Amino acid sequence: MRELKILVVVLFFTAVVYWGVEPFAHSQMHPHVAPADFSFKDLGHTVGKGDFIKGEELVQANCVACHSVKSVGIQSAMSESDASLAYGVVPPDLSNAGLLYDPAFLSAFLKNPAKAMLVEHKFDQTRTFPMPSYDWMSEDEISSILAFFHSIVKPVSDKALYEEACGRCHDMKYDKTMSHSDKAALTAYMGTLPPDLSIMIRAKSDEYLSTFINNPQKQLAGTSMPRVGLTEKAQNQVISYMEKVGDRKKAEREDLGYKLIAYMVLFTLLAFAWKVKIWREVH
Amino acid sequence: MAEIKKATGLMDWLDQRLAVNGFIKVMMSEYWIPKNINFLWAMGVVLMSLFMILIVSGIFLLMYYKPDIKLAFDSVNYTIMQEVEYGWLWRHMHGVAASVIFLVIYIHMFTGIYYGSYKKGREMIWLTGMALFGIFSAEAFSGYMLPWGQMSYWAAQVITNLFGGIPFIGEALVIWIRGDFLVADATLTRFFMLHVLLLPLVILLLIAVHFYALRFPHVNNQDSEEFDFDKEAKKYLEGRKKESKVVPFWPVFLSKDFFVVGIALTVFFYLVCFHYDFAMDPINFEPANNMKTPAHIYPEWYFLWSYEVLRGFFFDIGGIAAMDIGLAAFGFANVIFMLLPFLDRNTMHTAPAHKRPMFFVWFWLLLIDMIVLTVYGKLPPTGANAWVGFGATIVFLVLFVLLPIITKIEAKNEGAES
Repeated sequence: MRELKILVVVLFFTAVVYWGVEPFAHSQMHPHVAPADFSFKDLGHTVGKGDFIKGEELVQANCVACHSVKSVGIQSAMSESDASLAYGVVPPDLSNAGLLYDPAFLSAFLKNPAKAMLVEHKFDQTRTFPMPSYDWMSEDEISSILAFFHSIVKPVSDKALYEEACGRCHDMKYDKTMSHSDKAALTAYMGTLPPDLSIMIRAKSDEYLSTFINNPQKQLAGTSMPRVGLTEKAQNQVISYMEKVGDRKKAEREDLGYKLIAYMVLFTLLAFAWKVKIWREVH
Repeated sequence: MAEIKKATGLMDWLDQRLAVNGFIKVMMSEYWIPKNINFLWAMGVVLMSLFMILIVSGIFLLMYYKPDIKLAFDSVNYTIMQEVEYGWLWRHMHGVAASVIFLVIYIHMFTGIYYGSYKKGREMIWLTGMALFGIFSAEAFSGYMLPWGQMSYWAAQVITNLFGGIPFIGEALVIWIRGDFLVADATLTRFFMLHVLLLPLVILLLIAVHFYALRFPHVNNQDSEEFDFDKEAKKYLEGRKKESKVVPFWPVFLSKDFFVVGIALTVFFYLVCFHYDFAMDPINFEPANNMKTPAHIYPEWYFLWSYEVLRGFFFDIGGIAAMDIGLAAFGFANVIFMLLPFLDRNTMHTAPAHKRPMFFVWFWLLLIDMIVLTVYGKLPPTGANAWVGFGATIVFLVLFVLLPIITKIEAKNEGAES
């Protein structure tokens, strides 16, 4: 009985210390933010039903000077290194734009890219966002462009999706996937070299990643990382790829964990039986 | 030379050459431990088991680790964690054991304080134990630097900087410790040497002395009862095992320890595979970047109480800079436990704390105060937090000033009673 009482005291103080330095301290250091908003309510955009044939014409007329749409055979006008030097970061291929980006976000983005991406603080009269605002377009035209992008999507792998959404700026060294942008141009454009994401999955909590990718300003006010406008499904694919690269032994760790614990439980039971036998002689 | 006969078996062959039978008796089967003990007496063997885990896992990690600021981070996080078969397991075991061993050290230490196992002949056990605590702290700190993550770098920067506060030699001392003006490659290489060679050697030596120091005053028991070990051992050897107050280290004492070690390691492997963030801070999975200061810099949990004593004084007093007072308080906190046997002025009477009313209150206040310091050592030191930290620091210092006084009164009262 006395041992049990001592055990309760030891466990109690251990639990208090653990609670204090882990959950409690972290809640104080990293205050909770509102959960990720995949409907991008702050932009107040809705998408009408557009005509994808008209959309294709609009894309041909307005987008392909800078962007490629490889899935329908439209190649980039510039090489990647030239584009990177001209814009800081290589402009994205638009083949999967209808899959990656939320439609409400995308329509707000076309009208005012810097505003939708929450990076207006980086730009002013002398330094403008590389992509022009298409705020002169009608709602119908915007909807038609979206309808076109939607009409050409095909499912993509987690890795391919990551490369399009994140891989133009970030390296993933441990999967030998490097950003296509020129490092110096990218650094000048972003203000700092975007970090390698190889084991970011171990460095950040699930909650942090989910809110940060959805809206970087929420966790890191003033950051030059743009809000990319990924749909919930696309974001989950990105995170799943990050976990595959950064925590690739997870399944092995959990599987072995049960075995190690089972082994130690067996050891403990045998040790207990032996202890009882030995102490019977002396008590 | 001894007379060597034809051996009757392997043990006899060894015994004639190494006196193994006598050695086993002295070390194991006739090394006497009091019977009146509880599971807290198993913490020594739990510590030994964890230390063995640290040595073995450390040897495996050493095969792939590269002590170079350009290579260290990837050698740990890519080569060991992803390329090497079960490399992640050795790293997780090493990281988690390093954290858990401090919890057990603190339990072991507070057990010693509670039962008065630090005085009346047991001073050397206490002193070597506290020396072990000190060297283990250095071992943990140097090891934390090796993965060269963000907190490796910034904790090293902040902690080595502390030595700059020492009068006259401070600035030169910091450069001497770092081997450079900043924490840099030279710092990493020398801390690597300390971590894998010099400090483990010192620890092994101190453990031997710590065990040796137990032999003469013997292990304490939960009523701090004093008895004649030779007489009790004789009873045991005559077969009056139930009547004897002692049991042999092997197999009786260890059979119980194995059971406790079993429980401890069950929890340990759960932590290793499913719940390791407390010991392997996520922020250290970002590579060191001297251009990017983390929002919060804090040491590992086991250093937090003394870290909080360091920053508890956040305002200047009487023209002395807050930082200098803090450093002095920090120095005080790091040596004061060492002096415990000499601060307790009731030197000739050993009893568990529940039989020493004033000391009992002192003990629990100390424990609670250190937990408050630990928690507030991690919180940002702003607003009310700073004042709680300051208050807890004052309580800590005052408790150690009061200890000689209350133990003196205790001795006087006991003298009056008898």
